[in-house]
Amino acid sequence: MFPATAKPDGVLPGFRLGLGYTLTYLTLLVLIPLAGMILITGQLSWADFWATATGDRALASYRVTFGASFAAAAVNALFGLIVAWVLVRYPFPGKRFVDALVDLPFALPTAVAGITLATLYAENGWVGEQLAKLGIRIAFTPAGIVVALIFVTLPFVVRTLQPVIEDIEPEVEEAAASLGASRWQTFSRVLLPGIFPAWLTGFTLAFSRAIGEFGSVIFIAGNMPLISEITPLLIISKLEQYDVLGATALAVVMLVISFVMLLVINLLQWWAANRHSKSRDGDAAADGLALAGARP
Amino acid sequence: MKRLPGLLLAVGVSVGVFFVGGAHAQQNLLNVSYDVARDVYKDYNPLFQKYWQEKTGEKVEVRQSHGGSSKQARAVADGLEADVVTMNQATDVDFLAEKGLVATDYAKRFPDNASPYTSTMVFIVRKGNPKGIKDWNDIAKPGAVQVIIPHPKNTGNGRYSYLAAWGYALKQPGGNDKTAQEFVSNWLKSAPLFGSGGRDATTTFMQRRIGDVLVTFESEAELIAREFGRGDFEVVYPSQSILAEFPVAIVEKVVDKKGTRKVAQAYLEYLWSKEGQENAANNYLRPRDPEVLKKHAAQFPPIKTFTVDEVFGGWSKAAATHFKDGGTFDQIYVQK
Repeated sequence: MFPATAKPDGVLPGFRLGLGYTLTYLTLLVLIPLAGMILITGQLSWADFWATATGDRALASYRVTFGASFAAAAVNALFGLIVAWVLVRYPFPGKRFVDALVDLPFALPTAVAGITLATLYAENGWVGEQLAKLGIRIAFTPAGIVVALIFVTLPFVVRTLQPVIEDIEPEVEEAAASLGASRWQTFSRVLLPGIFPAWLTGFTLAFSRAIGEFGSVIFIAGNMPLISEITPLLIISKLEQYDVLGATALAVVMLVISFVMLLVINLLQWWAANRHSKSRDGDAAADGLALAGARP
Repeated sequence: MKRLPGLLLAVGVSVGVFFVGGAHAQQNLLNVSYDVARDVYKDYNPLFQKYWQEKTGEKVEVRQSHGGSSKQARAVADGLEADVVTMNQATDVDFLAEKGLVATDYAKRFPDNASPYTSTMVFIVRKGNPKGIKDWNDIAKPGAVQVIIPHPKNTGNGRYSYLAAWGYALKQPGGNDKTAQEFVSNWLKSAPLFGSGGRDATTTFMQRRIGDVLVTFESEAELIAREFGRGDFEVVYPSQSILAEFPVAIVEKVVDKKGTRKVAQAYLEYLWSKEGQENAANNYLRPRDPEVLKKHAAQFPPIKTFTVDEVFGGWSKAAATHFKDGGTFDQIYVQK
């Protein structure tokens, strides 16, 4: 966004040092391991790679992993928005406590979360017992995977939205209302454009975290081939057979799918942010007027 | 500030003494082992230390590392300096032999296929055995019976269960690979889920009360009793089962480098001594020594067993036929 050379050195160490550090750090911690993984996969012939990557159990596991991750991220996008909104906008007793609760899924070892959820949602567990009466089974089905992923990824949407919602002054809502916007119009045309990029970021973070999740899922998933096996489980399975090449092949497939998805979401976000800032810089006033005028 | 140099000197001297003292009077061994062997070796190490000191006057320190068996084997292959490995499956030691860390004939370097103790797969059923489960074929009734096992592809426990069911079917009149695959396919249809590990399967069965029968190692039954109480379940011995062997081996490269070959050899040999065998029996693993076995007969009812070598031609062949990609396990699920 900013031309690099035009940026004056501030108080902190300058641009060159900063960039050098950033590149070294990312190379050591991200690029080298990923490149190593792809190099190792290179030892496989294309036919072997393809056979491993498109085996029946592998294909089913992609569906389970990406489907459950998408569902969990979507649920969290909706309910995370509500939680963030309530935490920012309304004072209530114990607010700090509730605020701290949001971070718990980050802090808890995921295996602990998985075992706890499996025990709760099993048919003799507190929650599972009630659901069983309604004929709903959560633990040891794909639904259990979604539940575990919702738990683990809850903080992402809430924590990315909170600062953005804090930035929107309540006066903005009041102004919209005084110009005659309905509640829904205030939300969809005034608030939403402002929070949408952050919302999408939260969704993306939750989604990508869910794809790689292993510890919490395997305890509640049931791990049945073709039904509730996640891709990370198949990777572990291959490692248990000392099939390192097969394991990295699956990992590369996940990496590519994740990368493409993140790229698409980033483009979407960039497009949304662009559109939003244009309409803000351009004719926010006209927009407001048009909004008011739209009301009968 | 005046005190600082003095303090540093003191620290330096004591560290020096520690290293010099350590290098001369004491050797140390690292035993890299599978997860549930923690108690066995925790009890065994003091026995060996006492024996070694009486015999040679040397002190030996034994450190233990436990984890999933194949993860441990990979760690040793990647450079974890284990003097000895004590695993729960030949596959894991075979892997190290392939990497040149362990002698290829490791199974012949100690008695009994290099496995100082054994176990076998048994059934844990609910109190009173309400479903009347007596043998492997009582489980192959999908819909009527639910069986809990850990994932047959990912865990040693699960692989033993899978092979035990397969071997049982093979040994029935007219049994062949085709009938065995059908049998195991039905058998697996009774499984509502696969535990992520042996202990996870136990929790699912005992605590979450899912399933009618849990298939697990005989040695686990005692641990279940200690954890969940004895009144809640029964152990059923099937007509025949698989012999689970726990191979031990010296890591040649490491003992040569560290100069610990003698003590490492003694450490493993002593597992076959009366004390070592008693210790195994006390941890509910079947001792090889017939006298010790006889002494603990109440604890180990006789059961007909077959080995992986006899029925499947060894672990590497069994793994290739059943658990590799496209093996029988995959076929059972994919062909539906």
